[in-house]
Formats: sequence, C-alpha cells, structure tokens
Amino acid sequence: MTPSPVEESVLFGRLSLNALPLHEPILVVTFAAVVLGGVAVLGALTYFRLWGYLWREWLTSIDHKKIGIMYVILGLVMLLRGFADALMMRLQQAMAFGGSEGYLPPHHYDQIFTAHGVIMIFFVAMPLVTGFMNYLVPLQIGARDVAFPFLNNFSFWMTASGAALVMASLFVGEFAATGWLAYPPLSGIAYSPGVGVDYYIWALQIAGVGTLLSGVNLIVTIVKMRAPGMSMMRMPVFTWTALCSNVLIVASFPVLTAALALLSLDRYVGTAFFTNDFGGSAMMYVNLIWIWGHPEVYILILPAFGIFSEVVATFCGKRLFGYASMVYATVVITILSYLVWLHHFFTMGSGASVNSFFGITTMIISIPTGAKIFNWLFTMYRGRIKFELPMLWTVSFMVTFVIGGMTGVLLAVPPADFVLHNSLFLIAHFHNVIIGGVLFGLFAGIAYWFPKVTGFRLDPFWGKVSFWSWTIGFYMAFMPVYVLGLMGVTRRMSKFDDPSLQIWFVIAALGAVLIAVGIGSFLLQIVVSFIKRETLKDVTGDPWNGRTLEWSTSSPPPDYNFAFTPVVHDLDAWHDMKKRGYVRPAGGFLPIHMPKNTWAGIVLAGISTVCGFALIWHIWWLAGASFLALVVTAITHTFNYDRDFHIPAATVTETEAERSRYLAAGV
Amino acid sequence: MSAHASAAIDDKTFYLREEHHPENGTLLGFWTYLMSDCLIFAVLFACYGVLGRNYAAGPSGADLFDLKLVAINTAFLLLSSITYGLAMLEMEKNRKGTTLFWLGVTGVFGACFLGLELYEFWHLIHEGATPQRSAFLSSFFALVGTHGLHVFFGCVWLITLMVQVGQRGLILENRRRLMCLSMFWHFLDVVWIGVFTFVYLMGTL
Amino acid sequence: MVVMSPSGDIAAQQRDLIVISTVLMLLIIVPVIALTLLFAWRYRESNKEATYDPDWHHSTQLEVVIWAAPLVIIIALGAVTWSSTHLLDPYRPLSRVAEGRPLPEGVKPLQVQAVALDWKWLFIYPELGVATVNELAAPVDRPINFQITSSTVMNSFFIPALAGQIYAMAGMETKLHAVINTAGVYDGFSANYSGAGFSDMRFKFHGVSEEEFGAWVAKAKASGATLDRATYTALEKPSVREPVKLFASVDGGLYDAILNMCVDTAKMCMKDMMRIDAQGGLGKEGIRNVFALQYDAPRSRGGHHAPPKRFVAAACTPEAPRDGLTVERAAPKPAYERRADAVRVAPLQTAAADAAASAALSE
Repeated sequence: MTPSPVEESVLFGRLSLNALPLHEPILVVTFAAVVLGGVAVLGALTYFRLWGYLWREWLTSIDHKKIGIMYVILGLVMLLRGFADALMMRLQQAMAFGGSEGYLPPHHYDQIFTAHGVIMIFFVAMPLVTGFMNYLVPLQIGARDVAFPFLNNFSFWMTASGAALVMASLFVGEFAATGWLAYPPLSGIAYSPGVGVDYYIWALQIAGVGTLLSGVNLIVTIVKMRAPGMSMMRMPVFTWTALCSNVLIVASFPVLTAALALLSLDRYVGTAFFTNDFGGSAMMYVNLIWIWGHPEVYILILPAFGIFSEVVATFCGKRLFGYASMVYATVVITILSYLVWLHHFFTMGSGASVNSFFGITTMIISIPTGAKIFNWLFTMYRGRIKFELPMLWTVSFMVTFVIGGMTGVLLAVPPADFVLHNSLFLIAHFHNVIIGGVLFGLFAGIAYWFPKVTGFRLDPFWGKVSFWSWTIGFYMAFMPVYVLGLMGVTRRMSKFDDPSLQIWFVIAALGAVLIAVGIGSFLLQIVVSFIKRETLKDVTGDPWNGRTLEWSTSSPPPDYNFAFTPVVHDLDAWHDMKKRGYVRPAGGFLPIHMPKNTWAGIVLAGISTVCGFALIWHIWWLAGASFLALVVTAITHTFNYDRDFHIPAATVTETEAERSRYLAAGV
Repeated sequence: MSAHASAAIDDKTFYLREEHHPENGTLLGFWTYLMSDCLIFAVLFACYGVLGRNYAAGPSGADLFDLKLVAINTAFLLLSSITYGLAMLEMEKNRKGTTLFWLGVTGVFGACFLGLELYEFWHLIHEGATPQRSAFLSSFFALVGTHGLHVFFGCVWLITLMVQVGQRGLILENRRRLMCLSMFWHFLDVVWIGVFTFVYLMGTL
Repeated sequence: MVVMSPSGDIAAQQRDLIVISTVLMLLIIVPVIALTLLFAWRYRESNKEATYDPDWHHSTQLEVVIWAAPLVIIIALGAVTWSSTHLLDPYRPLSRVAEGRPLPEGVKPLQVQAVALDWKWLFIYPELGVATVNELAAPVDRPINFQITSSTVMNSFFIPALAGQIYAMAGMETKLHAVINTAGVYDGFSANYSGAGFSDMRFKFHGVSEEEFGAWVAKAKASGATLDRATYTALEKPSVREPVKLFASVDGGLYDAILNMCVDTAKMCMKDMMRIDAQGGLGKEGIRNVFALQYDAPRSRGGHHAPPKRFVAAACTPEAPRDGLTVERAAPKPAYERRADAVRVAPLQTAAADAAASAALSE
C-alpha cells in the first residue's frame, strides 16, 4: 500500500502483478473457491459433452423464454455475491466497536458497500426484472417472440458482460470506493486515481447498452405485437407495468450514460465537467445521476406491482379490483417519477421553495401507490384466497411495503430529511421498499411462474421456510437500522465509538443471518423440487387456474409459444376463453415463421468486455483493437440476411399432439 | 392484422389460423432509440447551458468561433439531408442506380462536414483552446464532438448500406434499413440546428 | 435516540415534524395493514362462510374513496411541508431561541465558519479571531450562523442534537442557522461519505454557558498558535483522528481564500474567475494561464498517485483587479514560472502564444 507512481507499460497499461490482491486473505480464499468451482463446472460441461448443447440451445438462443431464464439465473448468481457483501458489512458493523477496527480496513470496507449497492441494483434487481419481462410479456400478449429477437440476445449478453467486469474487479485490481452513485469530486481522478471507479463506469456503461436496447425491444413488442383484440385496456397488468417500466428505461438510462460518459471524460482526458477548478460543477453530476436514479427505482418496483396484481387476482379467484385505476395509477407514477429527483439532495442548499416543490411531488406519488394497495386489498375482499406461496409473499409485501412507503414520505418532508438524510434510517427505508417490494415481488413471481417455465411446481415446504426466514429476517435486520437512524447514526461507517449502538447492530446482523437462511432454503427448494419433479409435475399448463394468456399454452411452452395466435375478447383473456368454452385446435397446423439463433450477441458482448477491461487498465492498443473489432463484427453481422426459418407444420402437429396426450393423461 | 382476418373474427373466434405479422415494428423501435439518443443530446445541451459561460478566465465562444466556417458546415449538413431525401424518393421508385448515386452524394457531404469539423477542432486545440481549458470548452467539445461522432458512424453505416444495396438491390430489408438511416440522418440534422443556434449563434452574436 | 430528543430548537422542530407527519400517515397506514390482515384471514379458502363474489371488480364509490383518502392526507402533509420547509430553511435567520422564547433584542448571533478537510473539521470564529480543529463550542441560547464549505470532496455538516445537516462542498458555501438550548457535549460529524477516513471525521460540540464560552475562547487565545496560510496548507493534507487543536489567531482572509480555492496565492480565486467570466473571459490571451502544482500530486488515495492537479493562475487585468486579500503583489513572471514546483501543462506551446501570455500576465 505504499504510494508509488503508477508506471504504465505500453503492453499492459497499468495492469501488473501487483493488481492481484494477494495480500488480502479474504479475497485469495474467495478467488481459490471461484477458480475451483469454475474448473469443476467447466470440467463437468466437457465431461458430459454439454458445450455444443449449451452453445446451440442457450448461449446463441434468441428465444425470449431462454433469454428470460438466463437473465434470472444471472440475477440469482449475482444475488449471492451482493448478499455476501451485505453479510460482510453487517459483521463488520457488529464488530467494530470500542476501538476495534473490525476485520475490514476502510479501503476494503468502502469497496464492499459500493459493490453491494451497484450489484444489487444493476446486476440483481435489473436482470431479474428484465428476465421476468422477457419471459412473460410475449406470452401474456399472445406473441411468438419479442420484436427484435437478436437484439434481445445481445442485450442479455451486454448485461452479463457488465456483471463480468464487476466480478473481475474482485480479483484484478479493486472496485470503486465511492458509494454506489460515485459522486464527484470523490470519484474524480484526483481523489480516486485507481481503477475502481473505471470498473464502475465501464461495467455500468456496457450493461446500460443492454438495458436500453432491451427497453426499446419490449416497448415495440408491447405496442406492436399484441394479439388481435387485445386493446391497451385489455392488457394484463404485468404487461402494463412492463410497458411503463420500459418507457422509464428508455427515458432515463440515456441520462446515466451521458453522466457517466462525462465523468469518464473528466477522468481520462481531464475535462472540467464536475471539478470546479476550471468552472465545472459537481452538483450537475448529482442532478444528472438522480434524474436517472429516481426513475430507476420505479423501473424496478412497477413490474413487481404487476406481479402482485397477477398473483392477487389468480389466488383470490377473482377479477382484479379497479383494473382501470390500476392502469392509471401506473401511468401517473411513471410520469411523476421524473419530477422528484431533487428529493435525494434537499441538503445541497436549494431554496425552500424548490425543496418543498420536490417534497410535495414526491408525496403525490404516494396517492397512486396508495390506490394500488387499496386495489389489491379490495381484490382480496370477497375473494376465496388460496394461500399458496405467491400469495404469502403478496400479503407480506402489502404489510411491509406500506411501512416503507410511510418512511419514504417522511423522508420527502425536507426539514425531516435534514436530520434523516444519509442516516441509517434512509438505508432502512430503501431496503424496506426494495426488499419488501421488489424482492418479495420477484419471489412471488418465481413461485407463481416456475411451473410455467419448467413444467413442475416448486416444493412448498422449503418455499415456506424461505418465505418466513425472509420476512422475519427482514424485520429483524432492518427495524434496528431504523432505530439506529433515529439515534443519529450515519451510513457507510466502518466503525463506531458509542458502545450503546452495538446491540442494534448485532440484532441486525442476526437478521441478515436469517435472510441467509431464506436464500439457502430458496436454493434448496429449487433442488428439492427438481428431484421431486415427477410428483410436482404440471401437465395442464395451468396449475393455478390462471387468468392470462401464458396459462393457455403448455408448461414449458413450445418454442413458438402458441400454435395459433390467440384472439382476445376481454381482460383476463384466458379466463374468458375457459369460461366461454374454448376448444384447443387439434389440427390444421401451418408452418411457423421463427427467427434463427445467432452467435453475434455473445461475440459482440465478449469483445465489449475486452474493450471495457482494456479501457479500465489503460491498455490503449487493446482498447482500440477491440473497439475496431466490435465495429467490424457488427457490420459483418448486418451482411447476414438469412435470419429466419419455418418450423414445419409436421413438427407443430407433433408437439401439439403430445400435449393433447399429456392433457388427456392428466384429466 | 389484415382486413380479411378482422372480418372473420367474431365472439367465438379464439385464435387466428393465418400468421399474425405486425407492421413497422422496426421503425417504431428505431424511433424509440432515437428519442433515447435525443436525451443524451438533451443532457449535453443542458451541460452546455449550465457550463457554457464558465470560461475559467480563458476564451469565450466569441473569441474562438469562426462563424463563416460553421455556416458552410451547416450548409453541408442541410444539403446532405436533402440529398438523402432524394435518395429515398429514388428508392420509392425502385431505381437502384440513382438511389446509390444520391446516397453517395450524401456521404460526400457528410464527409465534408466531418472534415471541416475536424479542422475546426484541430485549429482550436492548436490555439490551446483544448477541452481541458475550461468547463465551457469541455461542454462545447462534448456536445459538438458527440454530434460529430454520430455523423461519423452515420457515414460508416451509409457506406455499409451502399454496399448492401449494391449487392442485393432494394430488397425489403434494405429499404427498411435505408428508412432507419434516413431517420437517423435527419435527426442529426435537427440536432445540428440546435447546436448551431445555441452554441455558435448565441455564443458569438 | 438523539434525533427524537434533541437539544437545539431547530432539531426539536424537525423532531416535531417527524412526529406530526408520522401520525398523519398512520391514519391511513394502520387501517390498511389491519384490513390486509383481516381480509387475508376472513376470505381464506377454507372459510366457506365468507361471501365469494368472483365478478365483483368495480365500485365507483370505493374508487373515489381509495383515491381521495390518500389525497386528503397528502394535502394536509403538503401544507405542513410547504410551511415547515420555509420556516426551517437552514438559510433563514432564527427568529426565536426556543418555543415561546423570541430572540431577545440585541443578541448578536455567533458567527462560525466550518470547513470540511480530509478528514477533520476546521472551525473559524471570525469575530473572535480564534479557530479550532475537531472541536466546536457555542453558548447556550445564542443563535449560531454557520458558513460551511469544504477543501476537497463533498461532506455533510451534521450535529444531530443541534439541527439538520447541510452539505459542505468545495468552492461553494452553504449556510445553517441553529441554536443550542441545553448545555452538554454532543456528537458532530460528516454525514456524507468522503473517503477512507470518513468514519473518523467526528468532533465534539460543546453547548456551554456564556461564561464557560468566554473561558473556552480565552483558552484558545492562550494557545498562541496562529492559523495562517502555511499552517492551513499543512493542516489540509489528508489525516485521520486529528487531535483537537486551538488557534489563538487566524489570518483574516483565510476562510475567503479557502472558499475561493486560492489559499495558494498562485491560484486564481474562484470569485475573480467568476467575475472575469461574467465579463466574457480573458480571450485567447488567457488560454495559457494554466499550471499544475507538483505538490498536489502525492495526495494519493488508495495507494495510487493522482496526476498533478491543474489550476488557473492568478492574474491581474484591468477588468479584474487583484484582490488584495488573496495575492500579495503583482506577478513578475507568468505564473507557471513563478514557482519551483509548478509544471507547465499548456499543450502545443508556441513561442508566440507564450509571449502573448507573458504580456497579458504582466499587465
């Protein structure tokens, strides 16, 4: 750690053997585990001769369902990393009292909380939400794929590429130690000269391309590819929330891209956007990043609201109460989420009128959100509620989320924010809404759609263990954090003087352990369900007596989703079809026009990863060469006009006949 | 959906036998992408608006800009939009040769624009008015440079498309691509009008 | 819980606001939670007693209620927000000492200039001429006017017992008005993460009687130490757990120079730069007036060197006459030649431009 001038070589830039954190035992052990695990996986793939299968059926697949599954797997893997960071922080904060420095030096601890935030938002919540939208939207609107299947594959791999760079920072160099939004001047070259912030910038830029393109793709899919008869006001609520969420993506991610691009110009070429020596303004970055950052939380929560809407209607056996007001509430939230960003920095010295304007717009968001809660509530009213796993998550969400909403509105009152800003109260608030809202929603969604994706249900026992561990663990982990916030404790502290705080941190750490149990039993649930897949099998394709079109096809759905494009007459199309005596077509199938798999997405994203890595380490020749390769590969790809094929009618007939046999056997 | 299909739909129709192909998805998608690109420019304009008078005791736009040069440059870009329009008209008439000719002219105008812009940049940097000198110059180079980068990639795309049209003619895919590039090109024109007005005219007059 | 039982009037009002807002919201939150649990129980599948109405999905009256109820709460809360945000605006001078105790005639607020350094706090009392590091004292029931800035990165000045926080940012000044009502020793710290030494960036705030405050000032005066530009430049270098320091006297222009980022007199002050810029800059002649200081280079963080930081050199023009406080005398040479540790960074130097710059700089 002796500061020595960084010498950059032509061949390797500033990358040298010193970049490997051999002096950090925690990292060395982790690295060894990752290498061993990686070798084991690669070995198994080779031994079972799965490379060809993996390449043909998954990595190059443009099937929205497979891409959706890959997004979810990426999100779950990164969840483990992000949660490991969380456990380390909880342990550090529970230990570092009374002169003890804990077990993490600030340099390491600061990277951990930065990585935790970045990973959880960009590489856990975003992939999971995008994965759900990818898998479900075409099925819900009766389409055979998304509008731009190749782009979809490319988007996924760009997201994965960003995740790969974040993971690389663990073992090669370091990650940013700036907090998850990397405010300058701290993130500027003068105060963060290392590679950490560069890893941050390029991981987000590369993943951001993927997110933006996936947003464009899903908007077009929803606007253009709905089944005949499905007017906007007959779309399933999840599709509505997906539409709004993707509109937010398209309208906010460019701002992030631009802000990070300006930050990288400051860092790489010494421009003066965010340093004030030459007339720049760090406050501009703070504004820009939150103009993206606030819509971002709605990008995550809206699809979760959509999931709850589907789950409530299905498990209450009842049409959703107030569909129209649910839709309007979603749209109003979408628009309002652009008018509130300043509430993240009331303490930056804006005038009272500006602060109150943004405080009040923020509060107004709670009106449509409140209406949504009431809609779910009155869907339960006079329903017949089956407390399957998805519904348990939903009820837990409704109780937990209103608490988080309440503390959120509290933070929107500027004078109250002056004492709560940057405190652990804020931390408790946003974990309350993100865990209690987004994550509970995703778990509800996984339990709900798992049979659709795999053809068998999840084992309820381990699901319930996971549910209770998460719910109780959440309250145990974050209620003490609220208390600590009211005790005036600031976020991002690596050690404390006041011994009376320790007990609260210890309780919070125990809560985190309980959440770990929740994650463990979730993974166990999947393993157990896979083992018991024959007993848990769903042959009907509609295990919950569902209401939307995805339940009309088989589980898992065939490549082409629907043998014939469905025609929609009412909201809850599948429910309507069942009610009015729909009969499955048994013959007369035609060839189905489908897109072909392509190597281009994974190759382009791979080259982007190399380019990002080279830029991070100032390996200029490699950055130039890989960028050129990127352009050439993209152009080459455009010369491929042979992008689609037809599934022969015979194959369709055979697939559908097999389903008929299944259905007959199941009855 | 086709007229034939909608005529056949009644209350008891639960599926369509024929393929259901939505139209103009690519154009909507590309337009949506352009709007997101527009937001990047919006951010850069906003930065220029905030920082554009922070000269750091250095030169201002009035000291640096050569309005005549920029006017010529603007003319190049506007003309290129017209010639692209002519290419599209020829495409509608299914004339491959003249389409390619007008695309080529568009490319030449685009290259002239880029050349002049690079000359301007080179000249500024030679004088010491580098992007590092002040927040004004940082935001100037970022805004104008990003636009220039777009024009550069537009030119690369244009050449690629010319080769593809040359190889395969005005087939459906190529027409769609020409439409997308057309939107991109005109979009850059519109952005340039903003740049010319807010940066150059308001900076010097 | 210091936030809920503070010792200063501003923080107490902020606490009251938290309580009022929470109660207002509980009016709707409690029924929602109760109804959720009630409905979940009552309409469970095994309860065949409960009505089951699968097609009931709309009720205009109910829709009106579910939109109107939150609306009413938000209108009330919005009104509270608007008035409290203006009343508790940190920039607003105090009109009372505590509830029911208006500001007595003739009480002069205590002026304190707070500077966030890496990673400690510097407090300057301009009227008393003393300064301290990592210790702040103020008499009970006397309003305090803080002027807050930072030497490097963004911090946030926060004493929870006294009043809410406000950011400290380099080159900018924020303000805070507050008063402490109960004597005692309170925690103060930076509430905005500012790098590796952040967790130790703490100080004690002493609320004391007027007599004790006088004694405290006298103690500072007796310390004999002087805070001038040289002392400040040494103090400003990154350090953690800096012990409390008292200074008997302070260079009168120091805070202004810190705020304008020109403690080093070779650097142009921000206010001068802004004045020049408002008049259209210095034209092409000003281009080369840039230099970098080697001494800034070893400000490493995380084991890495930062490149030398560039600055605009102090200049003197008819439009922007030298500020007597920030520069001792006119520069005889271009700024980058004035200092042994300065590095020329102007790109593509040409002899003509050099001559022009020299001419401009020597008036």
